[in-house]
Amino acid sequence: MELNAISIGFVVFTIFTLGGGIGVVTTRNLFQGTIWLMLSLFGVAGYFVLLSAPFLAAVQILVYIGAIAILITFAVMLTRSVTRIKTRYLRLVPSLLASLALFLILLLGVTVPIFGGVSPEHAPATVASTRDLGAALVDENGYVVPFLLASVLLTGAMIGAIFIARDDTA
Amino acid sequence: MVPLWMYLAVAAALFSLGVFGALSRRNAVAVLMSVELMLNAVNINLVAFWRYSETSTDLLLNGYAFTAFVLIVAAAEAAVGLAIIITVYRNRRSVIPEEAAALKG
Repeated sequence: MELNAISIGFVVFTIFTLGGGIGVVTTRNLFQGTIWLMLSLFGVAGYFVLLSAPFLAAVQILVYIGAIAILITFAVMLTRSVTRIKTRYLRLVPSLLASLALFLILLLGVTVPIFGGVSPEHAPATVASTRDLGAALVDENGYVVPFLLASVLLTGAMIGAIFIARDDTA
Repeated sequence: MVPLWMYLAVAAALFSLGVFGALSRRNAVAVLMSVELMLNAVNINLVAFWRYSETSTDLLLNGYAFTAFVLIVAAAEAAVGLAIIITVYRNRRSVIPEEAAALKG
């Protein structure tokens, strides 16, 4: 791996992503956990830029950092979950062992070609653009049916969330 | 360029962190945050496989489009999940998943 802008960006975004992830699972204060989560999601958006998917990076920042992280902040405040819970972890040792074993298995799977095939060193030089994605999303041979279903799902989820969280006594 | 397996290794680490948080945290909101970490790890994998496959040139946008749909489903899941957490908190004054056991046999 030679030293250039992409590899430096990769290292920086790796620190963001994994550091934020560690912060999310270890912090006691859930407010700080939300900030760590934002950092981690920002790192993932950086990966999308490195992988030439700028539209996904923009959506990642808008939807995850702009909407979901704010939603989680609201949930933290509404449930007063910062103060009440004293112990952070339940089943700490088995969970640690299980996730560590999972990580080692996954790492073995991606570094050693157990299942055959070769891991490519270089991506193809040319790549589809955001314009191609936009055309494919409304193409009848492309993704128009999942695209419409996604809008129905979002509407349903929004109505459902409002209905579930509504206070009946108010 | 960064080789493909490095992206996959980072995604594996992020997914394992999410699994650890989802299994061990006592707070339902923290569990939901860990689930978001896992979804993001999967998204990294999908985009990386799409970018490094030879078909990413000829308008086969499966990985790209699938990631967009995963994002949509994650947004819906977060909204409904947090609504459920708030309702459980209102009824039981607790955000600990083990205490929401009214349906336990």
